[in-house]
Amino acid sequence: MSIFIDHATRLVVQGITGRDGSFHAKQMMAYGTKVVAGVTPGKGGQRFEDTVPVFNTVAEAVHETKANAAVIYVPAAVAASAIFEAADAGLGLIVCITEGIPVLDMTRALPYVHERGSRLIGPNCPGLISPGRSKVGIIPGNICEPGKIGVVSRSGTLTYEIIHQLSTNGLGQSTCVGIGGDPLIGTNFVHCLTAFEADPETAAIVMIGEIGGTDEQQAAEFVKESVKKPVVGFIAGQTAPPGRRMGHAGAIISGSSGTAAEKMTALANAGISVMKRPADVVPLLKERL
Amino acid sequence: MNLHEYQARDILRRHGIPVPPGEVASTAAEARAIAERLGGKVVVKAQVHAGGRGKAGGVKLAKTAAEAETHAKAILGMTIKGLTVQKVLIAPAAEIASESYVGIIVDRASQRPVLMVSPAGGIDIEEVAATTPEKIHRLAIDPRYGLLQHQALALGFQLYSDVKQARAAADIMQKLYTAVYAVGASLAEINPLVTTPDGTVQALDAKIAIDDSELERRPEIAALRDVSAEAAAEVAAREAGLTFIKLEGDVGCCVNGAGLAMATMDLVKYYGGEPANFLDIGGSSNPQKVVAALRIITSDPNVKSILFNIFGGITRGDDVANGIVQATKAFPLRVPIVIRLTGTNEKEGIAILERAGFAAVSDMDDAVKQAVAKAKGKAA
Repeated sequence: MSIFIDHATRLVVQGITGRDGSFHAKQMMAYGTKVVAGVTPGKGGQRFEDTVPVFNTVAEAVHETKANAAVIYVPAAVAASAIFEAADAGLGLIVCITEGIPVLDMTRALPYVHERGSRLIGPNCPGLISPGRSKVGIIPGNICEPGKIGVVSRSGTLTYEIIHQLSTNGLGQSTCVGIGGDPLIGTNFVHCLTAFEADPETAAIVMIGEIGGTDEQQAAEFVKESVKKPVVGFIAGQTAPPGRRMGHAGAIISGSSGTAAEKMTALANAGISVMKRPADVVPLLKERL
Repeated sequence: MNLHEYQARDILRRHGIPVPPGEVASTAAEARAIAERLGGKVVVKAQVHAGGRGKAGGVKLAKTAAEAETHAKAILGMTIKGLTVQKVLIAPAAEIASESYVGIIVDRASQRPVLMVSPAGGIDIEEVAATTPEKIHRLAIDPRYGLLQHQALALGFQLYSDVKQARAAADIMQKLYTAVYAVGASLAEINPLVTTPDGTVQALDAKIAIDDSELERRPEIAALRDVSAEAAAEVAAREAGLTFIKLEGDVGCCVNGAGLAMATMDLVKYYGGEPANFLDIGGSSNPQKVVAALRIITSDPNVKSILFNIFGGITRGDDVANGIVQATKAFPLRVPIVIRLTGTNEKEGIAILERAGFAAVSDMDDAVKQAVAKAKGKAA
């Protein structure tokens, strides 16, 4: 088992003929992901890499190929529209990689997705990977190893750093999920912790948060109440100044709330082992396993 | 992107919200001319992206046009929280009967726009939240239907017992909500919303922040950007497609990805150093971005060592290495550089660096320790 994606995932790539979409579609296919369709309006009828059929709409792609998940690589200006379209086509999982979607667009897209029972991961995220089974998004497959650690993170490259530490020390991963660095996202820490807690193949969980918002504090409360598996946590941004957006749209200390110190305390109070630096992940996990 | 008060007032006025008259001046003479046109007492208000303008001496009352000129002369060029005042707003000094607060933010927890009103206006809403939270009334708005009339009116009655004033406030709230979606605001505040002695409800001061992701599709809003209100290095970084925030330390950081960039700064501190900046070169790598990043980092006189931390995903190690080599041909680095390179095209990148006489480190902790030691003038 794994969470959210596995061998049964049949993926449609929205924006498959674009620069990023085509590059990553090839990477996902090479990794073994079942890429069953692509969508680019106006390019319906073509084949991507001579194999994957391209459609004008997501609905056609789903009808023809029985796709059950979508990944979105389209530009920010049309990305919210791509999310609406994927939800309308009845896809259960929608992963949006695109960065820079206006937050007001997301205030409309999120209820639309939730009402249709879809799960959105992202936006502004690296996607997810269940090592050896399927990858949806852009996480480099070569740094991951199959195993029992579940990883959930608001970041991209920082997640790669942590995965790299795990893999080179013999700790493989069940699933690694990048939930995204935006203030409004479809899947949060609590959703992922719930899924990892229920997944028999996950033995321990690593959560990587950052400054801004209160998602980590809510996750800490949830861990205290409902998670029996060991959890190890990291918070980026201990040296971030207040009031400045640290790259991610959601990484901002507003007034005195959302600081790294406040989040690290919340995690520690919930019995989560808190890393001081990324390299602490392996020793802390080994203590708890 | 934060707007100035005068820009925010213009947006409110265009959406039909009653705003007292007022004009912006860049010189003392202009300030005088505006004060003469307005007649009577005026306020001269510094237009900078900083709170606490009044305390800093950036807001002054003038009884005559000549006095407005004197105050404008003093305020223009003044520095408030590190920002130089380039413009002043001249507005009539309103007689105020009451002050309240009306604001809309996009709330992360409810994932909706949230309207907040408080009869405790004229002070920072964070202060109200900390001291008298019961005075703040909140409503999460369903964006499918917008702010409904009865919802706005109920909040209007939280501010005013008079039905006319409650209706006027409700109308302002609905117009403010429309304005938020029309301009792509992540925050819009009227503080204070005042009543005058004759009972009129007006927006006296306004603050609007625009979501940076909205600017591409709203060129008319993007044109409101005041680059003189920002640090030159941050403007240069934005134009090069980089995210850069200057800090006070001496280890210049260049990283791919925001989370890793923050974690790198934190690790610099962990090993006893101080980061000079946050700098994210972004996902897709381009040697030119690396050159621009190095130019910005080396132009900070505080920087005593440079630390690259690259974990290649979409970013390719060879692109970053090429950028570093190109930069060193274009201008001197002046200080030692430590390069950590791993991930996509790591081998190609390291080979390029070695041919140019640089060494690369593969471990993040090792690289940070070396960069901190070099900033302190020690051999690593």
